[in-house]
Amino acid sequence: MTLSSSFGNNPDLDSWLQFHRDGRITVSTGKVELGQKLTTALTVIVAEELDVDPGRITVLTADTDNSPNEGYTAGSNSLESSGIALRQASAKARRALMEKASEHLEEPVENLSVTDGEIGGATTNKNVTYWDLIGDKHFKITVTDDVLPKSPDQYHLIGNPVPAVGLEALVTGTMTYVHDMEFTDMAHARVIRPPNYHAQIQDLNDTEVRAMPGVIEVILDGSFLSVVCEREEQAIWAASKLARITVWDESKELNSKDIFVQLKNNPRQSLPVVEGVAKESPVQPFRPPENSSKTLSATYQRPYHMHGSIGPSAAIALYDAQVLKVWTHSQGIFPLRLALADVLGLAEDKIHLVHVPGAGCYGHNGADDVALDAALAARAVPGRPIMLKWERADEHAWEPFGSAMQIELQASLDDTGRVIYWNHETFSDTHMSRPSAHRENSRLLAAWHLQSPRPAPPVKPTPGFHTGIHRNADPIYDFADRRVVKHLVHDLPLRVSALRSLGAYANVFAIESFMDELAHFRDMDPLEFRLAHLSDNRARAVLEAATSKANSGFSSADDGHGRGLAVARYKNSKCYVAVVIDLIVDDYGAIQLLRAVIAADAGQIVDPDGLRNQLEGGLMQSASWTLKEQVKFDDKGIVSRDWESYPILTFAEVPEIETVLIDRPDQPFLGSGEATQGPTAAAIGNAIFYAIGLRLRRIPFTQDRVRDAAAEV
Amino acid sequence: MPKVSLNVNGKVHHLDVDEKTPLIYVLRNDLGLKGTKLGCGLEQCGACKVIVDGKAEFSCNTPVEAFEKSSITTIEGIGTPDKLHVIQQAFVTECAAQCGYCIPGIIVAIKALLDVNPNPDDEMICEALSDNLCRCGTHGQILKAVKRAAKEISL
Ligand code: FES
Ligand code: FES
Repeated sequence: MTLSSSFGNNPDLDSWLQFHRDGRITVSTGKVELGQKLTTALTVIVAEELDVDPGRITVLTADTDNSPNEGYTAGSNSLESSGIALRQASAKARRALMEKASEHLEEPVENLSVTDGEIGGATTNKNVTYWDLIGDKHFKITVTDDVLPKSPDQYHLIGNPVPAVGLEALVTGTMTYVHDMEFTDMAHARVIRPPNYHAQIQDLNDTEVRAMPGVIEVILDGSFLSVVCEREEQAIWAASKLARITVWDESKELNSKDIFVQLKNNPRQSLPVVEGVAKESPVQPFRPPENSSKTLSATYQRPYHMHGSIGPSAAIALYDAQVLKVWTHSQGIFPLRLALADVLGLAEDKIHLVHVPGAGCYGHNGADDVALDAALAARAVPGRPIMLKWERADEHAWEPFGSAMQIELQASLDDTGRVIYWNHETFSDTHMSRPSAHRENSRLLAAWHLQSPRPAPPVKPTPGFHTGIHRNADPIYDFADRRVVKHLVHDLPLRVSALRSLGAYANVFAIESFMDELAHFRDMDPLEFRLAHLSDNRARAVLEAATSKANSGFSSADDGHGRGLAVARYKNSKCYVAVVIDLIVDDYGAIQLLRAVIAADAGQIVDPDGLRNQLEGGLMQSASWTLKEQVKFDDKGIVSRDWESYPILTFAEVPEIETVLIDRPDQPFLGSGEATQGPTAAAIGNAIFYAIGLRLRRIPFTQDRVRDAAAEV
Repeated sequence: MPKVSLNVNGKVHHLDVDEKTPLIYVLRNDLGLKGTKLGCGLEQCGACKVIVDGKAEFSCNTPVEAFEKSSITTIEGIGTPDKLHVIQQAFVTECAAQCGYCIPGIIVAIKALLDVNPNPDDEMICEALSDNLCRCGTHGQILKAVKRAAKEISL
């Protein structure tokens, strides 16, 4: 058994599992709930390994004072890293408990069995429970690689539906998000951001605002402006007054030229990608083989997209006796602590972060930034807990967006029509700007605006396996020869960072659209064409499962009806997903999704309902990005500042979804939260093509885009 | 001297707040009813919906004084974890929540709909939710839950 890397920093069993005398078990994890049923899955894993009722288990909130440091909850890795670590920790605990029980019951370990934490022997009718043996005590052992977790044929919980943890609280409004916390003497704060990234405060006379009811403090540090009040509405009113009276120097503008021109013309660093890893070596020239009979090309584009959390970012900070405490919905409380320590000039051990859930975030949104905002406000009003919430416009205009991307593809076919050479080039800004220790630099927003600013650190290409720009840039097909290049483009106008699936969304959109174009060129059925180039059986299985499900029980004779197919394996190493979309394009170019079929293979299924939720949620969100979304900006700043200027999918626009799960009990569980993003976009584009014969290569596929494409023909 | 009287979940409260305060801040911060969520403050997302005299309305933008003669029901007045309303039970059964932030506003909108029309068709359901947004993509499960609830209510 290979031990999870999460044990590197935290090898002690006691830092993962605590047994209590009253029969409860608490589980610590450095991960935080993302609304993706992670808690449920982790509960099931521990309950399975220990043979206890899942109701006994509580998964504790992450806290820098007493959780294992596991970095960020991101990239669909949470279940894999925390899940495997907890499975191994539980197996170790079980083993230790069985040995204790063996002594106690005078029975060899092989003869013992466990039912809901009660251990009995084959030849004795004496029992002993986990809680008798270790309740409220420590194991004082480390997790080692000599204990084997259960094998899948011994499972009785994993793979069966279990009630999700905490749903009752969600549907009754009793769940406490960070926004809902209440402290005695809590004050409320807001920030007043500049009109755009570059604007600076020129003049502010805050006398009038200071005289407004409830105003405790107006904080001005460089161009960072914030107001703290007794009541929330007072903070909102004071902030909007400040926004009106502050004079900004807006002489430096954003470059609002066509982003796709900027992606091609700006300075860039180019790296070849070999087997999913970017190399520090020269890029080889594009050279189709001599025996190719035809080379086709196409270019695909994706604009800036927003995380667009439904709940604006928020944090509570308390600065008391030189110690800062922050309640935050950050995805990585340990790296955030490092970043805060830099900016605030505080020692790490003087900062205590507690994770409290926020609304769904889908990557790196404003959660970390607002923690610094709150900390700055708290430092100016020591001794009082300060609740600082972003307004909707703050969230829309200042969150780090998902990067715009341009993807250029070429495929060379031999005279039998097989692809023998594939060229993939992606042009994009980074997809990873999460905060951490950056010394004189910082990735936290407010740090850029302070009197002694800490600008964002320079962006460097990330070489790792399927990281940012080149995530899923390498097709899963058996092309004999391929060339994959990532271009990290600099000096682009908008602030960006990790958005669900990073580069995979657009890379898969491009690859799977192009596969359809090639199939069409060859006059082949898109499924047949894919299968002819695909030897990975698990990929074939999801393609076939999705298609056969789509064929059953659905047909449409409508004129504008089209069906599109797409497949990918997320990060070329995780969950396999095939998507089939049926849609209608009406005479005016409006698109209505009718039905979506997902077939997924996420290895061993731990929690089928949770898995389905993640896959379907991802599909809806990707459909929204693909059909409707684009961050608009001009030289004065971000124009998309609310839900009217940045519309997302509504209830009337959602398709029916059917999901087929392929269980692989003998395979490791694979992250799935981001796996549908790419295939969904391509399946929609492909369906539009079969509906009306127009190939759309620039996202979003709005009614205007469809009309423009029709006019060009 | 209390300036505002408010009837919330069947109880009348006399409150000393600025009458221009949008209703949601009074509900959340003065009455401690944190189930109502603030999503945009612009009447665009529906997270803040409450039932006012039988109709689902936004609470994020209208001053509290406008509600003085009304009777208000918040998510807390619909059911509790120990005593779920049929609609809430249906949401649990269908796993119709991911992050859950949008859910109280959606349940409130559906409660107002089913109170008047226990047997709505798809179009009426989408109409009732036309200004409710969900970013987690839980729409499919939510629509199933609404249909399940409607079926159970009209039994
Ligand atoms: S918060 Fe009221 S509609 Fe969004
Ligand atoms: S469940 Fe997260 S916004 Fe709807």
